[in-house]
Amino acid sequence: MPEQLAFTIEVFMNGLMAGVLYALVALGFVLIYKASGIFNYAQGVMALFAALTLVGIMEGQVPFSHLINAILGTEVHHFGWHVPAFLAIVLTMVVMIVLAYCVQRFVFRYLVGQEPIILFMATIGLAYFLEGVGDLMWGSEIKTLDVGLPQGINVWIDEFTFEATGYGFFIDNLDIVASIVAAILVIGLVMFAQYTKQGRAMRAVADDHQAALSVGVSLNFIWILVWSLAGFVALVAGIMWGAKSGVQFSLSLIALKALPVLMLGGFTSIPGAIVGGLIIGVGEKLFEFLIGAPFLGGATENWFAYMLALVFLVFRPQGLFGEKIIERV
Amino acid sequence: MFYREAGDFSTTYAEDQQTFPIKFDRYRYYVVLFVAIFVIPFMVNDYWVNSLFLPFLIYAIAAIGLNILVGYCGQVSLGTGGFMAVGAYACYKLMTAMPDVSMFIHILLAGVITAAVGALFGLPSLRIKGFYLAVATLAAQFFLVWLFNRVPWFYNYSASGQISAPERDTFGILITGPNTEAWATYMFCLIFTVFSALVARNLTRGSVGRKWMAIRDMDIAAEIIGVNPLRAKLTAFAVSSFFIGISGALFFSIYLGAVEVGEAFGIQKSFLVLFMIIIGGLGSIFGSFAGAAFLVLLPVLLKIVGVDWLGWPTDIVAHLQLVIVGGLIIIFLIAEPHGLAQLWRVAKEKLRLWPFPH
Repeated sequence: MPEQLAFTIEVFMNGLMAGVLYALVALGFVLIYKASGIFNYAQGVMALFAALTLVGIMEGQVPFSHLINAILGTEVHHFGWHVPAFLAIVLTMVVMIVLAYCVQRFVFRYLVGQEPIILFMATIGLAYFLEGVGDLMWGSEIKTLDVGLPQGINVWIDEFTFEATGYGFFIDNLDIVASIVAAILVIGLVMFAQYTKQGRAMRAVADDHQAALSVGVSLNFIWILVWSLAGFVALVAGIMWGAKSGVQFSLSLIALKALPVLMLGGFTSIPGAIVGGLIIGVGEKLFEFLIGAPFLGGATENWFAYMLALVFLVFRPQGLFGEKIIERV
Repeated sequence: MFYREAGDFSTTYAEDQQTFPIKFDRYRYYVVLFVAIFVIPFMVNDYWVNSLFLPFLIYAIAAIGLNILVGYCGQVSLGTGGFMAVGAYACYKLMTAMPDVSMFIHILLAGVITAAVGALFGLPSLRIKGFYLAVATLAAQFFLVWLFNRVPWFYNYSASGQISAPERDTFGILITGPNTEAWATYMFCLIFTVFSALVARNLTRGSVGRKWMAIRDMDIAAEIIGVNPLRAKLTAFAVSSFFIGISGALFFSIYLGAVEVGEAFGIQKSFLVLFMIIIGGLGSIFGSFAGAAFLVLLPVLLKIVGVDWLGWPTDIVAHLQLVIVGGLIIIFLIAEPHGLAQLWRVAKEKLRLWPFPH
């Protein structure tokens, strides 16, 4: 097999893996958007917050230690214990549920019925707030997250492809795990939405708030449920990205990468988020490899996704799987 | 007692149509202008100008620009940082290519160039609406920053990849570079701010502004009553980018002096200006000033209180600032979606009847 083609296929595979992670973040957006019409810009910061909290709990950090030290003049840093990964994940999930409750109770309860753009701006405010709280709680230095996921090159694929084609493909174990987890998560969420009572209530709310209210669905509960689910998705995304590149501020920027994914797939469609994520992941890696790096000076990954989405939307404003936009006066 | 229209008769059409028809408003405006022109320049030093007045004046222009697009025309944009970068780099190229031309002309030209770029990126707004447009403007933000980072022509092939403003003067007074005087840079920015506010105010209350507002309220209905959406949206993008470009040019040449594009004009800048108009008030020129003043003052105040009085480390204060800004945005959206400008309007309504409200 010619070298160039083999490289291209490898880039394609890595793009698919990156796309899965984009799709994972985009899923969190779709969940909240479908159920409450809120476009949650804070999703990326939620992932960062979840990852920070997970690391903090595992390391036994004292929350707000910097602030406490500054006010009281003490020198507290760590409790001195280490929590096992599984327990820490459960505890972090509890924190995310509490967060979901607070967000619903103190912010969006007061904003029901506002214009979508006002809600969107409120989530930008929420993103800033959460980012500040996360940094105050756990400190802003870059942390490594190790929950025992396998990392490094997958030797088996490398050897297998080397024997078959004469060129060993480099694929990270972590990416494979991430894809499997994402696939399980997606299937789980679809099953939840289709076959459970709460899932059905969730879809009812997404369909029509008033009608759902009138048959006895508690809007408040559903919204807290949806924000908790989004928190769970954020936690998973935070673990994957955190294990890949460390827990730091740039983690919250993946939310911005998820936006073009959503635009491609349509804001209201779960399969759309997956397909959009894969297209963006593969597209930006291939573009960088084939055109960006050789001809344009590299780092085209920063903007390619947005440009692709922009051009695409000009021809199909509702995205690939979105509902057709009908406007009336 | 002071603020009322009773007894304030207009005898000519010009008087009836002036910007501030109520006497108290008019005099207040004159007093503010008088203080800004004849009092402040004689009292300021470098610290005051660089930490308060310059950022306030420059961000006010950017906020006016974005307010025209978001507040008046209803097209949400997250590309402000990118457009400010266009203004800055256009100004830099003009300054270095034509050293003898006045800075006034360079900055205005930088605005015109940004307007053209803005109109180009505004084209998709004809098809894309709402959130989709907001995300589409992110394409402008990231693409423009990448462009200025990667194409050496824009930064004149300098080794560091930065641009830095050479010394330029206007009417013999030095206004860029390290050896400027505080009052000169202040006055230079003030002229642009007053000019922008005047132009924006008169545009928004004229037929152009009414077309923008019709598009904002419902674009299909506006189209049916005869507003051309193509022209209305593109003029909004162009005018808005013109102001944002001016503010970017001033930000680079007068305020910072040297700029690294990803740092100075990143996505954070877009959000900062957006927050200014949310807190100040969407669709209000006064709100743009109020929001800019608020978000320029807040970090300075927090720094004085947190670092200087309480002796906390700067990073904690920086994080607290995020929490406070984020919290304030949410509180404002819940309590007063129309921002500081609406508070001012309510206060004026109360003032008209004060001290006998019944």
